Amino acid sequence: MSHANRLAGRGRIDRSKPIIIQFNGREVPAYHGDTAASALIANGILHVGRSFKYHRPRGVLAAGAEEPNALLDIDRGNGRRDPNNRATVVEAFDGLVTRSQNHWPSLKYDVGTLNDMASPLFSAGFYYKTFMWPSAAWKRVYEPVIRRAAGLGKAPTVPDPDRYVHSHAHCDVLISGAGPAGLAAALAASVDGSRRIIIADEQNEFGGTLLHDLTSTIDGLSASDWVAQTVATLSQRSNVRMLPRTTVVAYYNHNHIALNQRLTDHQSNPSKGMARERLWQVRAGEVIAATGAHERPLVFAGNDRPGMLLADSLRAFINRYGVTPGRNVVIATSGASAYQAAIDAKSAGLFVTIVDYRKRDEIGDERLLATQAGIEILDNHSVIGSTGRTQVTGLIVAPKTASGGVGDVRTLNCDAVGMSGGWTPVVHLVSQSRAKLVFDTALDAFIPGEAYQSERSAGACRGVYALDECLANGHEAGSGAGAAPSAKSSEATGFEPVRLMPTNRQKLRDKAFVDFQNDVTAKDINLAVQEGFQSIEHVKRYTTTGMATDQGKTSNINALGIVAGALELTPPDVGTTTFRPPYTPTTFGAFAGQARGVLFDPERITPMHDWAVKKGAKFEDVALWKRAWYFPQGRETMHDAVQRECRAVRESVGIFDATTLGKIEVVGPDAAEFLNRIYTNSWLKLKPGRCRYGLMLKEDGYIMDDGVVARVADDRFHITTTTGGAPRVLGHMEDYLQTEFTDLKLSLTSTTEQWAVIAVQGPNARDVVAPLVSDIDMSNDAFPHMSMREGKVCGVPCRLFRVSFTGEAGYEINVPSDYGEAVWEAVYAAGQPYDITPYGTETMHVLRAEKGFIIVGQETDGTVTPEDVGLSGLVSKVKADFVGKRSLARPDLVAEGRKQLVGLLTLDPDVLLDEGAQIVDDPQAALPMPMLGHVTSSYVSPNVARGGTGDPQQSGDGRSIAMAMIAGGHSRVGTRLYATTREGFTEVQVTKPVFFDPDGGRANV
Amino acid sequence: MLLIKCPHCGERPEIEFHCGGEAHIARPLDPSQLDDVQWAELLFYRANTKGVMAERWNHLHGCQRWFNALRNTVSDKILRTYMMGEPRPYIGGEAQGAATGTLSYPAPGERSK
Amino acid sequence: MTKFSAFNVARNAFSASKSWPKQWRNPEPRASYDAVIIGGGGHGLGTAYYLAKEHGLTKIAVVEKGWIGGGNTGRNTTIIRSNYLYDESAGIYEHSVKLWEKLSQELNYNVMYSPRGVLMLAHNVHDVQSSMRHVYADRLNGVDNEWLSPEECKAFCPPLNISNNIRYPVMGGALQRRGGVARHDAVAWGYARGADRLGVDIIQNCEVLRIDRDAAGTVSGIETTRGYIKTAKVGVVAAGHTSVVMERAGLRMPLESFPLQALVSEPIKPIFPCVVMSNTVHAYISQSDKGELVIGAGTDQYISYSQQGGLHIAAHTLEAICELFPQFRRMRMLRNWGGIVDTTYDRSPILSKTSIPGLYVNCGWGTGGFKATPGSAHVFAASMANDEMHPIAAPFSLNRFQSGRLIDEAAAAVAH
Repeated sequence: MSHANRLAGRGRIDRSKPIIIQFNGREVPAYHGDTAASALIANGILHVGRSFKYHRPRGVLAAGAEEPNALLDIDRGNGRRDPNNRATVVEAFDGLVTRSQNHWPSLKYDVGTLNDMASPLFSAGFYYKTFMWPSAAWKRVYEPVIRRAAGLGKAPTVPDPDRYVHSHAHCDVLISGAGPAGLAAALAASVDGSRRIIIADEQNEFGGTLLHDLTSTIDGLSASDWVAQTVATLSQRSNVRMLPRTTVVAYYNHNHIALNQRLTDHQSNPSKGMARERLWQVRAGEVIAATGAHERPLVFAGNDRPGMLLADSLRAFINRYGVTPGRNVVIATSGASAYQAAIDAKSAGLFVTIVDYRKRDEIGDERLLATQAGIEILDNHSVIGSTGRTQVTGLIVAPKTASGGVGDVRTLNCDAVGMSGGWTPVVHLVSQSRAKLVFDTALDAFIPGEAYQSERSAGACRGVYALDECLANGHEAGSGAGAAPSAKSSEATGFEPVRLMPTNRQKLRDKAFVDFQNDVTAKDINLAVQEGFQSIEHVKRYTTTGMATDQGKTSNINALGIVAGALELTPPDVGTTTFRPPYTPTTFGAFAGQARGVLFDPERITPMHDWAVKKGAKFEDVALWKRAWYFPQGRETMHDAVQRECRAVRESVGIFDATTLGKIEVVGPDAAEFLNRIYTNSWLKLKPGRCRYGLMLKEDGYIMDDGVVARVADDRFHITTTTGGAPRVLGHMEDYLQTEFTDLKLSLTSTTEQWAVIAVQGPNARDVVAPLVSDIDMSNDAFPHMSMREGKVCGVPCRLFRVSFTGEAGYEINVPSDYGEAVWEAVYAAGQPYDITPYGTETMHVLRAEKGFIIVGQETDGTVTPEDVGLSGLVSKVKADFVGKRSLARPDLVAEGRKQLVGLLTLDPDVLLDEGAQIVDDPQAALPMPMLGHVTSSYVSPNVARGGTGDPQQSGDGRSIAMAMIAGGHSRVGTRLYATTREGFTEVQVTKPVFFDPDGGRANV
Repeated sequence: MLLIKCPHCGERPEIEFHCGGEAHIARPLDPSQLDDVQWAELLFYRANTKGVMAERWNHLHGCQRWFNALRNTVSDKILRTYMMGEPRPYIGGEAQGAATGTLSYPAPGERSK
Repeated sequence: MTKFSAFNVARNAFSASKSWPKQWRNPEPRASYDAVIIGGGGHGLGTAYYLAKEHGLTKIAVVEKGWIGGGNTGRNTTIIRSNYLYDESAGIYEHSVKLWEKLSQELNYNVMYSPRGVLMLAHNVHDVQSSMRHVYADRLNGVDNEWLSPEECKAFCPPLNISNNIRYPVMGGALQRRGGVARHDAVAWGYARGADRLGVDIIQNCEVLRIDRDAAGTVSGIETTRGYIKTAKVGVVAAGHTSVVMERAGLRMPLESFPLQALVSEPIKPIFPCVVMSNTVHAYISQSDKGELVIGAGTDQYISYSQQGGLHIAAHTLEAICELFPQFRRMRMLRNWGGIVDTTYDRSPILSKTSIPGLYVNCGWGTGGFKATPGSAHVFAASMANDEMHPIAAPFSLNRFQSGRLIDEAAAAVAH
């Protein structure tokens, strides 16, 4: 049994390197150089899968990437399992584990074959016409059944252990395909050593069809020797990059091309750390598509049995792999090219018969060659059926009659069939580049028309089939001669298009397959046309033809031809579908590359990050930053930690990493005027050394960002922004500076990464900071709240801000980032006598909410004006213009009843509202219930007295507090409303949004 | 991914750039002179040209400079890039696309910018 | 018209399906119609259907430049949900979901509406706040939406990675159980068949060259590549090409059209039971009945009518998918395509009268149009028939761009 179907003395396999692969648990001996498909065929395993809809037994149809049938589950060990691999492109290695798919309980006995029996029910689009009653049954009954029946293999279930990488390259010429045309193009293109050439081919070896061509000679060499010589020549040219096992998968705008290189899938034991695949992104000066052509099957009833292959694929198996599905071969063809397959099969010692659709006088010189080889030819014959179940046993043929029918039927016993219905140029790449395709009637195929981007086609992919012409064509394309590819020069391969083989059989269950994998038959396509689907896109979608994993490589033109025939139109009048990337299915991993975990998005960390990590901080993601969220001690919960931190700041002093705030240095004689136009408030009169809180709008009038701005000098400002808003604000400012306010002289520089910012806040802040500071008078009078001084801290140059986002007196120490951690440690050490407490963003949020300070993005959501959040005082009434001013005057922005910022206190102080809870007037109202607004911030504050407004003397008391945006909120202060909770509603008191130290005295101490 | 020629830096891949939409919509010196309809047109109404359009690009991850480009929105081919402040070049034969209409609301005729 | 039913499928099975008639005719345009819909996508065909069905108009045409359902209707990721934040949005999308629930029966065409649940993930504190705001607002609007913990998310969607080993771990999710998917092509075909049955002429391969007005400034007819058609009512429902069509009436629109990409994997046996969306890491995924993982990618940044976007957009989406579902890294992309989405400043649609009496426009659905198909068509038809915007449609008028009464779902952090 072992190697029962192996042919002696043939093939490029290495018989000195025997290997064993597994198929459905069975050991399958093979050789190095085999594919999974050739290994299975070598061992007489022809039935390798079940089709999508009818679960028909299927075998290998093709020898390459276009394979629709032989899809295997491949297991490379350690979680490296994935479904739907085309057996024809899986390189065999010792220990490779393969399984068939889409059957239950087994490949041999599959209950799904009931669908085949009942196939008349499952005509095209049947599911649109039924399963509608009762209406709930679709989701509960029909759909689950259909879903289980559909699908092919099983998805991987464990995280993929493999790595994927990306490479980027530029080249002058990218050649896709290393068959005769591609190799000739590469030879010609690379003569000039200054031109960078990349040539990629999806197969493990360069050569394309030459790898199974045993009869042609090139320059006096055999095809295989010419390939070897050419590959050697190219590999010696340093300007040529050769990429085998690399598929050119997609052609994007501006000659941006994606290539997927498979690095380890052919290895038993890839070295650890080796990436599985590499996605190349190439920007090519010019692309030469030398992508070849795919053979089409003939369409007749039962054209899908295992053992029935495309003729040239059968030839490839015989010549390249030294295997055959059977010894008794029928070549069924409507063209000349299949004769070579017949001749090669004969020379391999097989019994061969040719059935030719063409009349005797339509057959060319190939007839003589076949006859000389001793092959019987049945010309002017149709194929009307086949016999066999899991392997073909016979082909039913009959002579065509003058009236278009068929004569007496006979069955040719056989165990292998090679079919040829002509060739379809592989125009995917040029179609992706958006070149128009033109239909060539003689070739019965679409070929590339005028180039759209900088691309050319050479060889069979533009309908040039004869070897010498392919070589010439490739040479011409590679040498850049001739601006655009000339029209095809060679004769069609003497083939007569046939859509559906003439037949006398009209059995209900007969199925002449067009799309093998999706089980779309000629009947289905005709039904679609009958039902009014006339565009090929409609037919495709209604029948699913061309939508399987092979994307119609072998079926599209047959389908198009049948539609055209039914409508009595020419194929181009029916249209061709657009080819979408990728050319062949490409792993998600290849596209995702290294981007996983920390490499998914950059992590921005502050100079004090490691310190926080050591202190056990928990972090939250804010934009790209990792921010210390809270600092739990021992087994403290988040709540406990935050309560402790909140108390510490109010009672003594806390230290907080504010580095992530965006910072922009605005410098120039017109800096103040620029800020005047960008912010809502006024800047001209701000004195150097003073700070001001600034509010910034988008041109639509809604709050965009905020932050404290310090005037460093007459011509210099230090701006701070929100953490997430920094890039947006800089972009906004640059846009206005460069494109609108071009009369102003100033520059903008992002300094976010240049300054580390250490906030020290609390009644003892000055006592902690002052001893470390030199060159600055730290007294309250000399250095009041909302001012900034330059000096030194710990001997390091600093900008020391006296500002407060907590309501306490405090400082924000800006030092060059490199000193951040050292100064932080010094401050922390200096604070020890005061029990200085590191606090995180959560505590910062609570403290500012106690004070009613908004956070842009939390209280605001892009639909909020300054007036809405009670900041109309920051909107200059005197400035003639600033960004957003005009929009603030629009009717809806000044309308009554807008949502406004208020405070909320739950009647039960222990009830904590959800942020996002909705506020209503009447919780009994019917749905949809009128809503007044929502809770924007909600915390448990330890500093606010249970009864209401905070009193520092009663701190430790504590209660929940919230801020909310509520329609007409300012006028509702003092009233009671209801907020949603998980269970229902809770009653709340509307207050002013300040819960602590309403006079703001503490910050000024 | 487009390949864009920054007039300051040369050809760079699109991921270095930020697109700023239709070009040559100047912010008026005194926006308060515009009524609500004119202001809405300035902020929100766009030609959305199918064909050659002038659009703004910022070389964000490069020189950070804004410039303009003429691009065909059907082919995505960039015909020319030019400095901010330069008038829109007209290239022979280009389709003008949907750049000439008036506001869709309210009454036509009285609102031309 | 042969009714679609299991019985008729079986009956036809034994006559080789010979008696199935055309699902819609392919008529020549008549000289005049009571109303013409420009755009043969789901929204346009649906509008024609409801005009005929509910408003008694008998002479209606849908004119389509290409083939029906060939634009965004046939290119989207088929997500259906109504868990929007603002009352106006919840109103129109919930109206739509209610129609989806009965649409197969209404049309006698199985559109395979599958309410398998739409789970929208939260990855940071801000996401959680935003999700909760949606959940509560929806609840009071009568729209189902519930908050799930990470563990509950995992139970609902077993393939989901809720571990901390990803860049933005899952902090929970908002689930709308009535959300789901449907078969996009069937929506166009079902409305087309239904409309055709009611006498609507569906005219394909017919491009509108000009929209004319009479002396009074009212719509009077359209010039097309298949001849002149007189009509006093025109509804433009042309999605990505709305600006182009409206320009042929001399009007500008507050729209920009961007490429939006989507992709599918090879088909696999059922593994993904619901729809998962993450706006923070940009991933939208479900599994079709055919077995393909259907994945929505983002928009490219520039205006384009090419129906093609850049590799980096699709790649970024797959990065996100592989973060959330690391077992899918070995899955393979089968097909990647683009549509043209017409977007407004506030990312909400436009259903509106225009300055030209008799000319109505329905556009601006951005990345979220499919889910709205029945609701949009239903209220737009009513608006056209009565020459007064239906209450559900009224907030989406063009007026809002002047008044500032925007409906900014995107600014509220959750779009799509």
